[in-house]
Amino acid sequence: MSRHPHVWMGILLWLVFGTAQASWTTNMTPGATEVSRSVFDLHMTIFWICVVIGVVVFGAMIWSMIIHRRSTGQEPAHFHESTTVEILWTVVPLLILVVMAVPATKTLINIYDSSESDLDIQVTGYQWKWHYKYLGQDVEFFSNLTTPQAQINNQEAKGENYLREVDNPLVIPVDAKVRFLITSADVIHAWWVPAMAVKKDAIPGFINESWTRMDTPGTYRGQCAELCGKDHGFMPIVVEVKSKPDFEAWLAKRKEEALAEKELTSKEWTLEELSARGEKAYATNCASCHQANGEGLPPMFPALKGSSVATGPAEEHIHTVVEGRPGTAMAAFGKQLSEVDIAAIITYERNAWGNKVGDMVTPKDILDFKKAKE
Amino acid sequence: MSAVIDHGHAGHDHHHGPAKGLMRWVLTTNHKDIGTMYLWFSFAMFLLGGSFAMVIRAELFQPGLQIVQPEFFNQMTTMHGLVMVFGAVMPAFVGLANWMIPLMVGAPDMALPRMNNFSFWLLPAAFTLLVSTLFMEGGGPNFGWTFYAPLSTTYAPASVTFFIFAIHLMGFSSIMGAINVIATILNLRAPGMTLMKMPLFVWTWLITAFLLIAVMPVLAGVVTMMLMDIHFGTSFFSAAGGGDPVLFQHVFWFFGHPEVYIMILPAFGAVSSIIPTFARKPLFGYTSMVYATASIALLSFLVWAHHMFTVGIPLTGELFFMYATMLIAVPTGVKVFNWASTMWQGSMTFEAPMLFSVAFVILFTIGGFSGLMLAIAPADFQYHDTYFVVAHFHYVLVPGAIFGIFASAYYWLPKWTGHMYDETLAKLHFWMSFIGMNMAFFPMHFVGLAGMPRRIPDYNMMFANFNMISSIGAFAFGATQLLFLFIVIKCIRGGKPAPAKPWDGADGLEWTVPSPAPYHTFSTPPEVK
Repeated sequence: MSRHPHVWMGILLWLVFGTAQASWTTNMTPGATEVSRSVFDLHMTIFWICVVIGVVVFGAMIWSMIIHRRSTGQEPAHFHESTTVEILWTVVPLLILVVMAVPATKTLINIYDSSESDLDIQVTGYQWKWHYKYLGQDVEFFSNLTTPQAQINNQEAKGENYLREVDNPLVIPVDAKVRFLITSADVIHAWWVPAMAVKKDAIPGFINESWTRMDTPGTYRGQCAELCGKDHGFMPIVVEVKSKPDFEAWLAKRKEEALAEKELTSKEWTLEELSARGEKAYATNCASCHQANGEGLPPMFPALKGSSVATGPAEEHIHTVVEGRPGTAMAAFGKQLSEVDIAAIITYERNAWGNKVGDMVTPKDILDFKKAKE
Repeated sequence: MSAVIDHGHAGHDHHHGPAKGLMRWVLTTNHKDIGTMYLWFSFAMFLLGGSFAMVIRAELFQPGLQIVQPEFFNQMTTMHGLVMVFGAVMPAFVGLANWMIPLMVGAPDMALPRMNNFSFWLLPAAFTLLVSTLFMEGGGPNFGWTFYAPLSTTYAPASVTFFIFAIHLMGFSSIMGAINVIATILNLRAPGMTLMKMPLFVWTWLITAFLLIAVMPVLAGVVTMMLMDIHFGTSFFSAAGGGDPVLFQHVFWFFGHPEVYIMILPAFGAVSSIIPTFARKPLFGYTSMVYATASIALLSFLVWAHHMFTVGIPLTGELFFMYATMLIAVPTGVKVFNWASTMWQGSMTFEAPMLFSVAFVILFTIGGFSGLMLAIAPADFQYHDTYFVVAHFHYVLVPGAIFGIFASAYYWLPKWTGHMYDETLAKLHFWMSFIGMNMAFFPMHFVGLAGMPRRIPDYNMMFANFNMISSIGAFAFGATQLLFLFIVIKCIRGGKPAPAKPWDGADGLEWTVPSPAPYHTFSTPPEVK
């Protein structure tokens, strides 16, 4: 297989894929890395081998079905055995397989060499979002689906990147070896970006390694590939590949934002401010189970509207959100969200949908609760 | 071995036919009655599992959520898989085995008739239990038919316990069925019926039965470990307690991969009888067919981790499972070449059993090709858990297992009912199934390669066109199966009387008894030259 036809095919596919919104895409993306292109080459090679074998075998069968019929007066032959041909059609396929196994092995060895990386990112799967942590950089964030519920429920026109768009994409530099350390906080997920030809399971309690070296800046999209519960179809992956200076600038900005976020904990909040922030954070983190209207999806995901937790003592409410409910789908958000967001969500939940507790839980309350637990 | 048949009872047995009323079916030990019950049960499950598939395809007809919510969608994909695998395909082959193996080897009945009755009646109990979970609080199983932990343990709905017991019952049933098949084949063959004279359907079932006995206990083991994790505080599959979620997958697929051959080998056997009949030419390479089947069965124990290429297996392990998987293409290829050579220079006619059989060979081979592609581990990183995989296994299971069952049903219906089925309607059934099936599953290759993961209820517009085509094809395929029901009922109620041997090219002991086959056959063993 020469490389050029693939490049042309790749460009053609990219045109169809990238420009015309592409509903008729029929082939794998050649991707944007050396590995993804060699995977694509393997795919096309084995595909054409199958096509050739198929044409020969099906051709013979179809020929036979046209010619060797009783209606054409054909008398049946009597042969029913030949050790020679049996050996032949055992050995020839075996040789084809060996020919195929050689490049496959080479590619696999390359894929498994995750040594000497320029940047390490820990990727953690959560039900149902991704968390990215830039190791040694003090930068970490969640990446949530941003497609509005109204689009999913067909009340609004669907955008171009419907179900494949997030609030905080993963940002990586171009032409750098980026190593991913992939794990999960709950069930098994799989982190998949077709343009990298990287698909690796995110398994709770284990860390899998994978790596990429993207050669073109741009935005690349993928999805969770392992069934992980209700919203498995709603936890996409978006990767922005930036030039090295752009990446450095982005990283610096991220660090500043993290500092600013921390300062919010000591800020004096009003009930309105917290509720407003809480409504947004609730929509991102809570609404997929407890629903935007607070009515939940009982019995798996209970209602918060009028619930004893959301209208009872604040202590119990904080406990539930921070520590989660073991044995249920309710995660411990203390590890996932900032004190500000937890306080905002709790405050919102206690004062929304007709819940009229009227009190306010501050970021400091959350901090105190966490300290008391330690 | 085959001579141990007690001639003394032969005359006596001829005197009583079936009992009257419902109790005939509840208490029967007759292999034909039990075979009939298995076949009807499996067809009922086929329609039920099919209706779940219709819900899935209706939801996927367009982007957006229209018909069901993600929670229920996941229950549908799970139940569709479970019902089709354990309720439709496996019992259908056990039904065929019950009916045909004694007739093919010249035995008066199955070797263990009372156990035979019990192994059937476990199935309605198991599936009532399984399907009832859909109506329970929290809903039915929603973790896929592969039920990976910890989604199926810590994060499962409460009904998972009922699911586990249902699997246990199905396992008991399958193991007893398999023991019965082995005992019948090894002990009750007519004098002169040496192993290498057995029809291939008998051979493939013998091998299948050994596979069943080997792997059903593994399945029972894995669900029992789940039960322990859920209710008794163990941590087999929970990393937090020192267990390993990946262990679940290893154990499951150690069962699961042989399982997929359990679902296809008997179809290989049936097609190996049907193609020679309608080509009017003996099967090419009988011996190599037997050896190829045995090789496939042995290899099936060594390839399980190709379902798990992305879980992070070390390089050497990955290479081993890639090579072993590629190797399966060799014996499978031998079988395809043998079938094609059987057709070559025959004098073919294309009645419904032959149509389904030829479609079986061609379309199963397409599924084999995509299987070979999936075996290439680096490429599998792109295919894994996408619609490409869904396309692959539906190509081996629908035109493989299901078409094999249809071919067998049309082939032996005259023997079972004493009437010829309506050939025109049967051909219509074939062509509608053929078109519907290809329309439903071929586009799935494309959306899978384009990047659509499996088991999602909603998708981006880039996958919309092919999904709509798939759904239309699936609806057509589903509706067509009601035609099959009509054809079978029509054939039972009447039709042209079938002679003992309705197919002029057919060969085998089953064609030496009258049609319909009397309630008791081969009470005196036939002599095989």
